[in-house]
Amino acid sequence: MWFYLPAAIVYSVLFIVPTLASFYFSLTTWTLFDSYFIGLDNYQQFFNEPALYKSLINTIIYGVVTSGAKVIIGMALALLLTAPVIGRGYLRAIVFFPVLVSTIGVGLTFQVLMDPFDGLINTTLAQLGIDGPGWLTDPSYALLSIAAVDVWKGVGLATVIYIAGIVSIPSEYFEAAKVDGAGAWQRFREIILPLSRPATTTVILLSLIGGLRSFDLIWAMTRGGPGFTSDVIGSVIYKQYQAGFYGLSTAGNVVLFILVAAIVFPLSRLFNRREVDL
Amino acid sequence: MTRKSSILVSLVSIIVSVVVFLIPFAFIAMTAVKSPDEARALDFSWPSEWPIVENFQTVIETRNYMVVAAFINSTILTVSSVALLVLFGAIVAYVLQRRASRLNGLIGFLVLAGLIIPPAVVPTIWVLQEVHLFKTLSGMILVEVAYGLPFTVLLFRAFVATIPRELDEAAIIDGAGPLRLFFTVIFPMLRSVMITVIVVQSVVIFNDFAGPLYFLPGDDAATVQLTLYNFQGQYNTQYNLLFMNILLITIPPLVMFVFFNKRIVAGLTSGAIKG
Repeated sequence: MWFYLPAAIVYSVLFIVPTLASFYFSLTTWTLFDSYFIGLDNYQQFFNEPALYKSLINTIIYGVVTSGAKVIIGMALALLLTAPVIGRGYLRAIVFFPVLVSTIGVGLTFQVLMDPFDGLINTTLAQLGIDGPGWLTDPSYALLSIAAVDVWKGVGLATVIYIAGIVSIPSEYFEAAKVDGAGAWQRFREIILPLSRPATTTVILLSLIGGLRSFDLIWAMTRGGPGFTSDVIGSVIYKQYQAGFYGLSTAGNVVLFILVAAIVFPLSRLFNRREVDL
Repeated sequence: MTRKSSILVSLVSIIVSVVVFLIPFAFIAMTAVKSPDEARALDFSWPSEWPIVENFQTVIETRNYMVVAAFINSTILTVSSVALLVLFGAIVAYVLQRRASRLNGLIGFLVLAGLIIPPAVVPTIWVLQEVHLFKTLSGMILVEVAYGLPFTVLLFRAFVATIPRELDEAAIIDGAGPLRLFFTVIFPMLRSVMITVIVVQSVVIFNDFAGPLYFLPGDDAATVQLTLYNFQGQYNTQYNLLFMNILLITIPPLVMFVFFNKRIVAGLTSGAIKG
């Protein structure tokens, strides 16, 4: 058992202990050196202050939107990229490459591309006679614009997972469908969709976990702005930490933990049960 | 699909892929080699002059060669963390797979928890401070190891399951102790999954932004991801330098991608099919 020891020490000290400690410190006013127990005040503040509470709503919106979009677009791209198209190798590569690029680099690049006046997106739209909105400066678009960039960067992962799922479907199914005279839609609806359910499960869970925890991209693109309209829990944790409210920041962490666990654990159990039923 | 429609679909796909995926990267590359004035226009145009060397030099020299120091820091961080991850991950996965014990359920749960639970950042800073590792590269390395361990164990375990047990038994009969068995017989067999782990984790750790932001603050110990903010002022962002910097930090993942694309995809999709 001593084989486990080095890994166990690092993992316990730097992951398990902080996670457990966060429950206590979220109930305190905390300076890292002293902590003073104040009960649920931090949570009360979190749920009462609009600037903080909004981040919880935004986190859920962001997680659901990015996850849903990655499922649909990822599946569509996988269908395309398992079909006999010209330039398939190039297409697979270019769709996947953004997954490996620095999130901050992508965020700053799109911040420039989405500039309301000089940005490439709006100047192009203007040439087509469309008046592009302030993607990141208009409060009603900021969060969704970032979500769109998240999908741009992450859909490649969803796509390769779906490709792996589709490729692993035994060809007998498709041959049988051909004999029965099934069309493309039926082939998708009756074979590909049900048999790539494990891939769908993985894509949903992975992108939900990533989406709910996201911080980098939002920080690079808007820092939660304008105002706090695109703040998510991840950025609130950082802002409160920077402001020196360590107890409140940690309470944000616990809220995020509970949110992620409350969504992801039941979902993964539900998915697993359904698979057994099949 | 008929041949005609297939060609049409291909054509449309390629055009869309160029607009959606290729243009942003071309924009990065072109802005990076422009003069300050041309870069400021933020448009997608061919540069009229090519101050590549100047831009590169300015980025490198800014704030007393911060980018160079950052590349060194990031390299040390990435190489050390990945080396420890491979060692720890392989050992844990091997013991976990080969020996059924009461601990297995607990470890399985911890691995799952590590994949799902968002790390508690401020308490981690507190722990690091208690053990005098806050703001040190060693502390950051260990944090990356802790965060990367669950996925690494997962990858290794699936692979260890494919190594026949007879091999272990033969080595034991030949008189190999547990350490010798692991390092001379099993470890070399893990070569292919090891490459996957190395490539995937080094891209992840090299690109990590939040980790160094919290646990390694200060200019001296900055990693490459944090240098991007050098050229972004509130009023006068130096766009050509910013994009030159983005270009520079995109090169290591690009190299990984060119040489190991199949490995990366294999690693990231393994387990996806079994669920």
